[in-house]
Order: sequence, then C-alpha cells, then structure tokens
Amino acid sequence: MKPNNFSKSMGFQKILALGVLALLYIFFAIFGNNFFSWTYLVNILDASYFIGFMAIGVTFVIITGGIDLSLGTTMMCGALLGGAAYNIWGWGIAESLILVVVVATIIGIINGLLIAYLKLPPFIATLGTQMVGMGFGAIVTKVMTMRYPTVGTPDGFFKNIFYKTSTGFPVGAVWLAVAFIIASIVLNKTKFGRYTFAIGSNREAARLSGIKVQRWQALVYTLCGFFAGLAGIFYAAVYTSIIPSTGNGLEVLAIAGVVIGGTSMTGGVGSISGTIIGVFIMSILKQGLMSMGLQAHWQTFFTGIVVIGAVLLDNYRIAQAQKVKIKAD
Amino acid sequence: MPEILLEMKNIQKYFAGVHALDDVSISINAGEVHALVGENGAGKSTLMKILSGIYQKDGGSIIYKGQEVEISSPLEAQIMGITMIHQELNLMPHLTVAENIFIGREPTRGIFVDDTKSNKMAKELLESLNIDIDPTVRVNTLSIAKQQMVEIAKALSFENTSLLIMDEPTAALTEGEIQDLFKMIRDLRAQGKSIIYISHRLEELPQIADRVTVLRDGQYIDTLNIEDATRQKIISMMVGREIYYDPKEKSNVPEDAPVILEVRNLVANNVKNVSFKLRKGEILGFAGLMGAGRTETMRAIFGADPLASGEIYMNGEKVEIKSPYDAVSHGISYLSEDRRAFGLAIGLSVKENAVMASIEEFSSTLFMDDKKIADVTNEYVEKLSVKTPSINQLVRNLSGGNQQKLVVAKWLIKDSEIFIFDEPTRGIDVGAKSEIYDLMEQLVNEGKSIIMISSEIPELLRMSDRIVVMCEGRITGELDISEATQEKIMSYATMNM
Repeated sequence: MKPNNFSKSMGFQKILALGVLALLYIFFAIFGNNFFSWTYLVNILDASYFIGFMAIGVTFVIITGGIDLSLGTTMMCGALLGGAAYNIWGWGIAESLILVVVVATIIGIINGLLIAYLKLPPFIATLGTQMVGMGFGAIVTKVMTMRYPTVGTPDGFFKNIFYKTSTGFPVGAVWLAVAFIIASIVLNKTKFGRYTFAIGSNREAARLSGIKVQRWQALVYTLCGFFAGLAGIFYAAVYTSIIPSTGNGLEVLAIAGVVIGGTSMTGGVGSISGTIIGVFIMSILKQGLMSMGLQAHWQTFFTGIVVIGAVLLDNYRIAQAQKVKIKAD
Repeated sequence: MPEILLEMKNIQKYFAGVHALDDVSISINAGEVHALVGENGAGKSTLMKILSGIYQKDGGSIIYKGQEVEISSPLEAQIMGITMIHQELNLMPHLTVAENIFIGREPTRGIFVDDTKSNKMAKELLESLNIDIDPTVRVNTLSIAKQQMVEIAKALSFENTSLLIMDEPTAALTEGEIQDLFKMIRDLRAQGKSIIYISHRLEELPQIADRVTVLRDGQYIDTLNIEDATRQKIISMMVGREIYYDPKEKSNVPEDAPVILEVRNLVANNVKNVSFKLRKGEILGFAGLMGAGRTETMRAIFGADPLASGEIYMNGEKVEIKSPYDAVSHGISYLSEDRRAFGLAIGLSVKENAVMASIEEFSSTLFMDDKKIADVTNEYVEKLSVKTPSINQLVRNLSGGNQQKLVVAKWLIKDSEIFIFDEPTRGIDVGAKSEIYDLMEQLVNEGKSIIMISSEIPELLRMSDRIVVMCEGRITGELDISEATQEKIMSYATMNM
C-alpha cells in the first residue's frame, strides 16, 4: 500500500459525497415543484440546523466506535423542558434556552456513564435513554405541545438571533458554520480529539498508553448530548412548536449524514468536513421529497434506504482497505 | 562480572488451579540479548506477562535495578522502564506514527496539541534509531515490520526504558526486515539496553542472542551461553520430558490403503503451498508450534476460510469446497479446539446437538421426527459411551470429555468419513483424554480417517500413523510413526525454510 492511499480513499469518499449532493440537488431541481428557488434553499438551510448540530456531536461518538440513538429524543426532551419552563413555569426565554442545553447535556452524561463506566453496549444504552428522554419530556409537559415565542412577540427576538434576522438573513447558517469550524478544530487539534480517534482505532492500545479511556469516552457522549441541546434550540427557533412523544427517528438523519460523510461505523476514521456534506445531503433529501409532494412517511422510507446504503458503502470501504492491506503484507 | 539488571526469583503462577509457572527464576544482565525458548505452553508468555504487569505473580519476587519491585500494570512497568512489544502490535492504526509515539503525553501549545513539535521530535527519535519512516504517515499504511519499529521507537521514547521484551518479533518479517531488526537490536544492546527475545526460530539465536534460557511445562530448565547452545542441545532441553504414553511403534495403515483425501499446493492465509495425503483408516498427526498454520490449513480445507489457490481431491476426484456446507456434504467434519464456541450449542440438549448437522434427515416437510431423533441419539450416546443422565440433559452440564464425544456423535450421525480434530484434548483431564483416544481408535477401526492437530507431541506419537510437521505456514517434514521422535519433530517445527 502506498503511503497516501488511505488519505486518498478518505478524499475519494468526500468527493463522492459532494457528487451525490450535487446530483440530488439537480434531481430535485428538475422533478421537484419550485425546488430550484431561494425559498427552498432557505428551507434546506432551515432543516440543516438541527440535523447539523446533532451530526457534529455524533461524529465524535461514531469515531470512538460508538453510536447514540438517543439524539433525536434528547433534543426534543431538552426543547420540551425548555418550553415547559417558558410556557408553564414562567421562566424568561434566555433561562429556558439554557435549560434546553442543560437537560440534553445531562442525558449525554448519563449515556457516558452507562457506556464508559457501566460497560453497557452503546446501542442498548442509548436505545434505553431514547425511550427515557421521550417519556420524560411527555410527562413533564403533560403531553401538551410546547410553543416557543413567535416573531413579533416580546420574546420573539430569539428567532432573530438563531433563525432569521429581521431582514430575513438565515443567520442560523452562520451559527452552524461556526460550530462546524470549532468542532473541526477540537477534533483535529486538541487532546480530546486525538483521544477520540485513539479510542476508536484501538481502545486497548490507547488504555495501555496511559490514556484514561473511560473518562474521555464519557466526555464524548456528554459532548454529543450538549450538541443535541444546541440542536434543540435551533429546532425550536425554526419550527416553534414542540410536540411531546416525537423525535425518535430524527437521530437517523444525523447518523446517516455522518456515515455518508465518510466517518466509519467501526471507529477510528472520520471528519467534520465530511459530516457537513452528509448533513446537507440529508436536508436536501428531506426538503426535496417534500417539494415533490411526498410527505413525512415517504421521507422516513427514503431515509431508511439511505442509511442502509451508507452503511453498506462503509462496509465496502473497510473490505477494500483490508484487501489492499493483505496484498501489502 | 556483568551488571545484573533484573532477577525474577522463584516465580509461581496458577490459572484456575493449573500450575502455569512452577518456581521459575531468570536473571538478565544489563546490555544483553537474552533469548527465551520453549514449546507452546512452556510458560514463556506467562512469565513475560508477569514482568510487563499484565498478569500478577502468585509467588516469588522481582528484583529490578537492585530493588524488589511490584509491577501491577503495563503502565507501571513502562514507567519503570520495562516495555513489552507484543506480537499483535499495540498501535492505533488510524493515527500517524508521531501521534502513536506520543499518545497520552503529546506536546501542547495552550489547549492545542503541537503536531509540528511532535512530528519533529518523532523524526529525531526515528533518525537516532536509524529508522527510515515518515512520522506523519498513518500507521495502517506501514508494513508489519515498520509498525513493529514504530512500537520499538515508542518504547524507547521513554527516557528510562532499559528492558525491552520482544515476543516473536521476526514471525511476520521477511529476511531483509529481520536483518534490519537485528541491526537495531544490536545497536540497542550497544547502548546498554537489555532485550528479552522470545522466539521459536532457533536458527536465528546465534545471530542475535548472548544467552538462552529454556522453559518446559512451566519450569525453568537451564540457561546457556550462546556458544554452548547448539540447536540439538536446545531441542533436547525443550522436549526432554519423560514420555507419559507409550508411543505407537508402527503404522496400522496398510501400504496399499486408498488415499481418501489429497491436498495439493494449498495456499491461504498463513498457509504456503501445503500438500499432503490422508489414507483411509489413518490417523495423520499435524505437529507444529503456535502460528505454524495447522488450524489455518484445516479451516481452508473445510471451507471455513477462503483459499487463494490449491486443489483438493477426495477418493481421487477433484472437489470444490467453497463453504463448510460443501465440506460437510463431502463427508468432512471439523472439530474445533474451541468446542463451546464452534462445536456445540451448550444451552441446548444432548439430543438437539446430536442431530444439529443432520436435522433435515430427521424431519418431514414441516416437523421434526422426535422419535427418530431420540432413537438415533440414544444409539450413538451408547456407542460412544457419552455419560449423560438423559438425552434431554443440557450440554453445558456435561464434562469436557463427554462434550467432545458428543461432537463426534454429531458428525457420525451426519455420516462423516473424515474427522479433523483440532487439539481434541485441550483442557480435558487425563481420564477423559484416554477416552478420546479410545474413541479415535474406534473411528479408524470402522474405516473412518482422522487428521489430528495437537501441540502435545507425546500425544501425537501415541496416536498417529504418520506425522506431518509444519512451521510458519509450510510443511517442513513428514515422518512415519516408526521413525518419529520428539527431537525430530521439534527440529522440523523450528525449521524456518
């Protein structure tokens, strides 16, 4: 194997994903109703915020070789509790939004404790917290839909900060871009990022190198919860109404985006830049299907197919890498 | 008088009652390469795992740099300056060389890791060791030999590293790479570092080692200066135990017995151009040390692993075996050394396991014929004297020997002609062992043929009609039982061609 084959294959994955992104856009521009328009471009951006924030967090998790299935309901649980604080308990909007992030981060900490210290398989642990988060949000809100302030009301300014400025500029995109840049730096330039890769690449070797593997792993899930909380703020800013007992399935949009972007489910490989591309593929798919008049159940259907395709591609990539390796030996 | 770096005195180690190390002592000088040799299960790895903190000793003492020490973890060993380079390398394949070397103590600038600095430090380190590797490439793009060097460099990046333990470092290397490694080892020795060198390759010891210590069956045998350690002498020390079975004197297979299985030029993972013949009614022993490729050969024949090339003939006709299903339909059965993982469903009953491979023959279109299943199970339980209170007993409650018999019953019910036994008596007590031997003899008396992989040479000498010896994926010798001795087998088993 030539020294740079590996990085080449990483690059190839991203180019492929960019190609898919462009093809999808062209496809929906042709077949969608009015898809090739400023309105839909903004819609795509709107949908990318909450997917994007979830995807950033779960990129770290997947690089460690783990998974977080609780993302979607964690986001909703945070948004519901924030909504309850605002609507029912009479908190100010700022405190309520902070609560969104705090709640989601706590769920992230619980995931981390269950997985890193109590040794539950990530799949099972986060499947459990997925249900717990969904149930808890519904219990606290007494199954009532929580409404965030709309533009024009006194507290509606929060939408101008996170969603659209009063002039209509999609300011959420700026926040997302900032988050991507920071996450990318954290992943590539800090010890935390380095250990994230190390754990996913060879956990035992990392442990034997003196890295406190459990602590870092727990921190990765905590970070993922934190980003789910940020996703909750943006979800509330864009969609206003938060309905209890929803959110499961939304994590799949983020996870699929991450895997499409070249992060491997087996751990050790991944990038934030790939995740950006994957996220936009998922939000284009979501909005594109809508522009063709296909409603939520169709989106669910196609998202499932995309997930299977992405993981198949991941398997294929791993098999190819191993083949090359055996040849080299 | 050379300075003594390390002494391990009267080390004891038990695993679940098995006495793995019995009063073993070894002494390592500063600046020496000390080879540690012995058969599989002699205790080399156990001793070294104690030294590197992976296992805890049950008795004895370790004196390192003049002080008695307790080593409770690999990290602690490393801090003291003792590092073990494992065969399965402990690197993070997706990280770069420099990242691997400095993981856990990477240079930083503020909150950021300083990759420029760590690359520079790694470059200096690698250059000082005369290793030609770019520190910025990912480890999984390097050959095994280079990865090994990265691991050695990582060990030496700790200032005080004074003892390196290398477990079969040359096993996966080419001749040129071995010479590079030896050069590096000699350089380290010249700098006063000590190296414990575990190897099966006796012929390379004179090139690299200063002294040789031989272990056998968990006991210390002797330490020799390399000038006195001839290959013959080492081998006789490795195998010099009393033989506790009477070896078979001559083959029970007539000269003209038909060849039932023939393998020609088989190539697969760790299997290099293997050819052999198995005659009807024969027990063909396969000897070799760990990693000799015996199991891999059998798995390839059985269709469990893909074979790159080679031909398999049964009764003179070429057969295609692409999966275990094909092998089973040709009457080949493979009895894995790990019965619990691959041979039996221990949560199910004797009856269910007995017909596991042949369930279709005992079923109508929809339903299983319970009566027929019970009858055939009872028949074979009796025939092989499987000790079980009932055929409805769960297999987990049977002893190891009886489980092994049940696996054989399963394949007999399936009408197998060729039985490949992979370490059939591992982990079985002496009484049950002789029952397995009786069973194998019963099978060949009925005209079945057996391939038997075993790491216990006395057992092979007792059972086999012929013994094939493998080393590093190749067949290095074939002996008729009338001419086979422990020494000859060990000599072939350590013959790196």
